[in-house]
Amino acid sequence: MRRAEAVTITVVLVALFGVVFGVTAGAAAGLVSVVVTVALGLTFSWFLRRRFRAWRYQERHEDLIVARGVMVQRLSVVPYGRMQFVEVTAGPVERLFHLSTVKLHTAAAASDARIPGLEQTEAARLRDRLTELGESMAAGM
Amino acid sequence: MTDAGPAPPPPDEGWSRLHPLTPIARVGRLAPALVLLLVVSNVHSKAENGTAETDYLIAITLISAVYGYIHWMVTRWRLEGDTLRIETGLIRKDSRRLPLARIQAVDIVRPFLARLLGVSELRIRLAGSGSTDGKLAYLSEAQAAELRLLLLAGHVDTEAPVSSNTGLPMASVDTGRLLASVFLSLITIIVIGTVAVLAVLDQFEPKTAAAVAGVLAVYLLSAATVIWRRLSGQYAFIAVEAPEGVRIRRGLLQTISETVPYGRIQAVRQVEPLLWRPFGWCRLEVDVAGATGRNQRGEGTSVVRKAILPVGSQQDSWHLLARLLGAPDPERTAPPGRARLKAPLSFHFLSAGHDTTHAVCVTGRINRATTWVPLEKTQSIRRVQGPLQRPLGLATVHVDVAGKRARAEFRDREIEEADQLVADLTALSRRARQRDRTPVPAAGSDAAPSGWYPDPAGRHEQRYWHEGRWTEHVANGGRRTSDAATPAP
Repeated sequence: MRRAEAVTITVVLVALFGVVFGVTAGAAAGLVSVVVTVALGLTFSWFLRRRFRAWRYQERHEDLIVARGVMVQRLSVVPYGRMQFVEVTAGPVERLFHLSTVKLHTAAAASDARIPGLEQTEAARLRDRLTELGESMAAGM
Repeated sequence: MTDAGPAPPPPDEGWSRLHPLTPIARVGRLAPALVLLLVVSNVHSKAENGTAETDYLIAITLISAVYGYIHWMVTRWRLEGDTLRIETGLIRKDSRRLPLARIQAVDIVRPFLARLLGVSELRIRLAGSGSTDGKLAYLSEAQAAELRLLLLAGHVDTEAPVSSNTGLPMASVDTGRLLASVFLSLITIIVIGTVAVLAVLDQFEPKTAAAVAGVLAVYLLSAATVIWRRLSGQYAFIAVEAPEGVRIRRGLLQTISETVPYGRIQAVRQVEPLLWRPFGWCRLEVDVAGATGRNQRGEGTSVVRKAILPVGSQQDSWHLLARLLGAPDPERTAPPGRARLKAPLSFHFLSAGHDTTHAVCVTGRINRATTWVPLEKTQSIRRVQGPLQRPLGLATVHVDVAGKRARAEFRDREIEEADQLVADLTALSRRARQRDRTPVPAAGSDAAPSGWYPDPAGRHEQRYWHEGRWTEHVANGGRRTSDAATPAP
């Protein structure tokens, strides 16, 4: 669940923008913009870090609990029996760090059970376990 | 394809065709567009010679008539044991087999011209898909009704005789009340208000009025269409009780009859708009699952919201609700007074509560909406706490059911209460689900403990099993009645 890696990427990107801006608009302006963007990036990464620290999940006997959010705190309880399918995705940045996102789909559009930044092995384990549990507890509509 | 089924009947026997008037009824669907084209071309041709355009119209009509006739020639259907087979298409052949056991609903639709010709369209929906899977347009009215009964009788779920159109009427809407209710809706008032303002403006500033009218014309027209749809769609609304669900018949020009199966109801909503409240009117809507296939992507899009009572009194609504969900009336409580700071407007009506089988909540200020959710349909339970709620020590608990919009919201509750609610509702919905899928105890074995189980005869939702035999006690949606048990086979 740690995703400090993604944070570093953001910082690198932000600093890069600053340098490009500095080359095009003069050294002084470039320095100021680098300082500002680095500060912004750090604040942003701090927010991100807090956000990802707050992301946690728990596999219980009959349901999965996913809690997330710092400003708006959300907690979802999704029974395994209600799961329609599990989705595992990995974007290019996530792949770079061998991470993936597991998402649980139910028939309700609102139920929000997404767990980003899992180690690939953990994601695969979770996927298999959820599928297995979902199969054995499946309930109709 | 497997060869396991019974031998199919000889390939060229038992086919039926659609009604011979089908091509005319199909061309009739184009009639409004054609008339519109004719009017437009006539207006244009005042200046020039417009005979060519009229010729085009005649050609279009002829071509569609010929196409309709060919379509009728190549379309045929027949019942093959437990499947209905429909074949159509001259160039691109289309052959469908609809297993009777999977038929979810059979709707009869009668567009205006078809009604004049005495024919109707049969739409067949299968479990596992939201849309129409099979369509027979058109059959004679008697044939459509007969085939509908035949198709539904092949249903494995209901052993009880399937009702014809004569069921127990549950609710109906008379024309006067429908007119009044549509008139008292926000959109109508806006349209009438705008027209009135324009008329007044026309007295003083004719030029400005004409310009504004030109700009607003499109919006006014589309609003008028919406109003007209409401009026014609819900005209002569009647809901009839049937063993398989509530049957609805409605429509002015096009008659639609559809079925809402009890078991597929995800949520029931009673809406009381501000302007209806002085009359004590309300609207009752249900969210019905069209069934969702596994591995099917899409976020529960197959749930349809249907008005089961477009406008009616509280008693009508309560009567219907009793039939749909067994009139659950859990005790409702209001959120703590400090929630007024977070929700100054909607606080007035906010309340929510739950019992062991249902959750109910009231939200909204202008449109007061009461939502009932059967806990066995719960998809997930969420607790959300926003930055405004945290300092006030409040949190909202959502009970989600299938679909995009349907949910019960316990809005702005005490934090301890919210935590307790999440735990309680999770446990209760788990129990409700288990009750739903407990296997039927085999008759004769007294091993199964006494309790409520799915009715083996299929007439009711549940039947009480006591000391090795079925009793006469049955329950539908939590409401208990009695009906003699079927003797064991």
